[in-house]
Amino acid sequence: MSIGKVWVLAEADGDEVASAALELLTKAREIGDTVEAVYVGSSADAVAGVLGEHGATTVYAVDPGDSLSGAVGAAALEKLIGEHSPDLVMFDQSYDGRDAIAGLSARIDRTVLTNSADIRIDGDQVRATTAIFGGTQIVETAFEGEAPYLAAFRPKSFVAEPSGGAAAAVVAVDGVDAGRAGEAKVLDRHVEEAEGPKLEEAEVVVSGGRGLGEAEHYALVETLAKLLKGAPGASRAIVDAGWVPYSHQVGQTGKTVKPKVYIALGISGATQHLVGMKGADNIIAVNKDAEAPIFSVSDLGIVGDVHKVVPKLIEALEARA
Amino acid sequence: MNVVVCVKQIPDPAAPGALDSDNTLTREGKLILDESDSFGVEMALQLVDTAGEGEVTLVSMAPNNEVSGLRTALAMGAAKAVLISDEALAGTDALGTAKVLAKAVERVGDADLVLTSTESTDGYTGTIPTQIGQLLDWPALTFAKHIEVGDGKVTIQRQTEAGYDTVEAPLPAVASVTAGVVEPRYPSFKGIMAAKNKPVDEVTVADLGLDGQVGWSGAHQAITAVEAAPEREAGEKIEDEGDAHENIVSFLDELKVI
Ligand SMILES: Cc1cc2nc3c(=O)[nH]c(=O)nc-3n(C[C@H](O)[C@H](O)[C@H](O)COP(=O)(O)OP(=O)(O)OC[C@H]3O[C@@H](n4cnc5c(N)ncnc54)[C@H](O)[C@@H]3O)c2cc1C
Ligand SMILES: Cc1cc2nc3c(=O)[nH]c(=O)nc-3n(C[C@H](O)[C@H](O)[C@H](O)COP(=O)(O)OP(=O)(O)OC[C@H]3O[C@@H](n4cnc5c(N)ncnc54)[C@H](O)[C@@H]3O)c2cc1C
Repeated sequence: MSIGKVWVLAEADGDEVASAALELLTKAREIGDTVEAVYVGSSADAVAGVLGEHGATTVYAVDPGDSLSGAVGAAALEKLIGEHSPDLVMFDQSYDGRDAIAGLSARIDRTVLTNSADIRIDGDQVRATTAIFGGTQIVETAFEGEAPYLAAFRPKSFVAEPSGGAAAAVVAVDGVDAGRAGEAKVLDRHVEEAEGPKLEEAEVVVSGGRGLGEAEHYALVETLAKLLKGAPGASRAIVDAGWVPYSHQVGQTGKTVKPKVYIALGISGATQHLVGMKGADNIIAVNKDAEAPIFSVSDLGIVGDVHKVVPKLIEALEARA
Repeated sequence: MNVVVCVKQIPDPAAPGALDSDNTLTREGKLILDESDSFGVEMALQLVDTAGEGEVTLVSMAPNNEVSGLRTALAMGAAKAVLISDEALAGTDALGTAKVLAKAVERVGDADLVLTSTESTDGYTGTIPTQIGQLLDWPALTFAKHIEVGDGKVTIQRQTEAGYDTVEAPLPAVASVTAGVVEPRYPSFKGIMAAKNKPVDEVTVADLGLDGQVGWSGAHQAITAVEAAPEREAGEKIEDEGDAHENIVSFLDELKVI
């Protein structure tokens, strides 16, 4: 089943398109007869190729300047919706994606379905699913009332696949006035340099939890991640304790990761953590408590002390390198 | 400077969640202050302190005239509260909630800044702050890990994937506060006693002029199915006897990641 026109709000990641947009476009192709993107960023011509390759025939492009991307995205969408009447607009559940869907919902008085993991068309209904209670239950919700419907998706809900389409036609959108929302201006950007792959894109993720004992021991996680060419992650417990920045957090209120291998060190496996990582192909856990819930999702569980197992593991891997 | 803090009162998150027969979250029993909002309350108290004048007002929408969570925040030092409680609010979606909260902010009247958390613990749509901003036609500065107010402006450090952005806007404005950025104070005994007599303005949907716009009819969404998520199967579990790291190495070897 399909519906007429599906739009994806594509965010910029530097001069590129954020990878979530390509995931959403891939899904949009499956459910929409027409798929178009609305790009908030400064270099639309440079991204028209990759957007087209993932199914967008047209990209409406708006430059946010120094205003918040989500605020300008919402205002641009309001204007464009009035002109082109899409049936569904898909957003990434990211910082700017959340701002955009929220601002737009208030502008055009439409409900939002957030934290979605999937979407389907059933007869004349559009239904989105979301995992609740830490991913133990799946709820399906149908939109009612008038289109356009607005839905935000957890990153990694879909796998991006190119369709081989030609570059999208770029339509510059001018005269977008975000009103007072646009008065929030970005004065400067602080980038904390990180080496290695991004957490959401890494083949291997090594995460640490409170079981590491103290902040200094997070070095074990970083060393192991580096040896495996992976990214270091964390449970919320150690993010809240200030050991590592929030950008490392995996789980319901952090990132969703789907690596080939996820290694959990001293993490109990609370449902809110599991929801962010149980989509990994393989899970290895080290925890000294044999009853820790993390073992219920682990392919290889080691009941042991991280301070004994991990240094030996690091040594063994270094010996092979 | 006057700051309004939106505080949600929620079921204890430590207790297992459950859905009522109408598929809304079970909210019976005592509700507590969402811990995420304790950071906004603390931030507001500090901002008013720094400004040297003004007060902190709480706004909360909750069933059954619930005040337990409000009393906690009043005990921390907020001056007064507006509580919106009405059976007509059952089934309200995020946008409807934002409409109620925005009207309540207008009712308070003299706010320079509205604070919320970035997402609630129980519903976590994360859309309320920007929706309130848009409904009031105020800028919304989201994901603040640091806030300063001065010269009629609010300046925040906005959490980003890569670090943070410095974002500024003229007041009045809305800002959402990330967890863990300030240390919420413990209410003192004096604070707890004083909180009992602080004014709580209890209002209904009709008082806010939102009849028919909120609750089930306003939500435009209907739950069509609830089912258990597929479980992931557990694999091998081994007790470490000094050589378990070798099992990890061979596991990684088989997967060809080393
Ligand atoms: C609304 C909400 C959202 C949340 N979102 C998230 C989220 O996004 N991500 C997240 O991670 N959490 C989240 N949480 C928190 C979650 O509920 C847990 O509190 C958190 O994941 C626990 O972190 P932890 O496993 O590091 O710590 P703990 O639960 O304290 O577990 C530590 C583990 O380490 C083990 N251990 C101790 N010492 C050793 C040792 N020497 N060697 C080996 N093992 C050892 C212990 O046996 C224990 O299992 C959320 C909670 C709520 C209410
Ligand atoms: C598991 C679950 C999923 C849901 N998914 C959706 C959905 O996809 N779409 C939808 O429209 N509704 C959804 N809802 C309903 C939604 O949670 C409620 O409408 C709720 O009243 C407001 O949304 P929130 O708590 O998610 O807001 P958030 O945007 O997550 O809240 C951010 C902050 O806003 C303030 N705030 C929020 N609610 C109140 C309040 N009642 N009183 C005072 N301050 C408040 C607090 O500071 C809070 O921390 C869901 C509910 C549940 C239980």
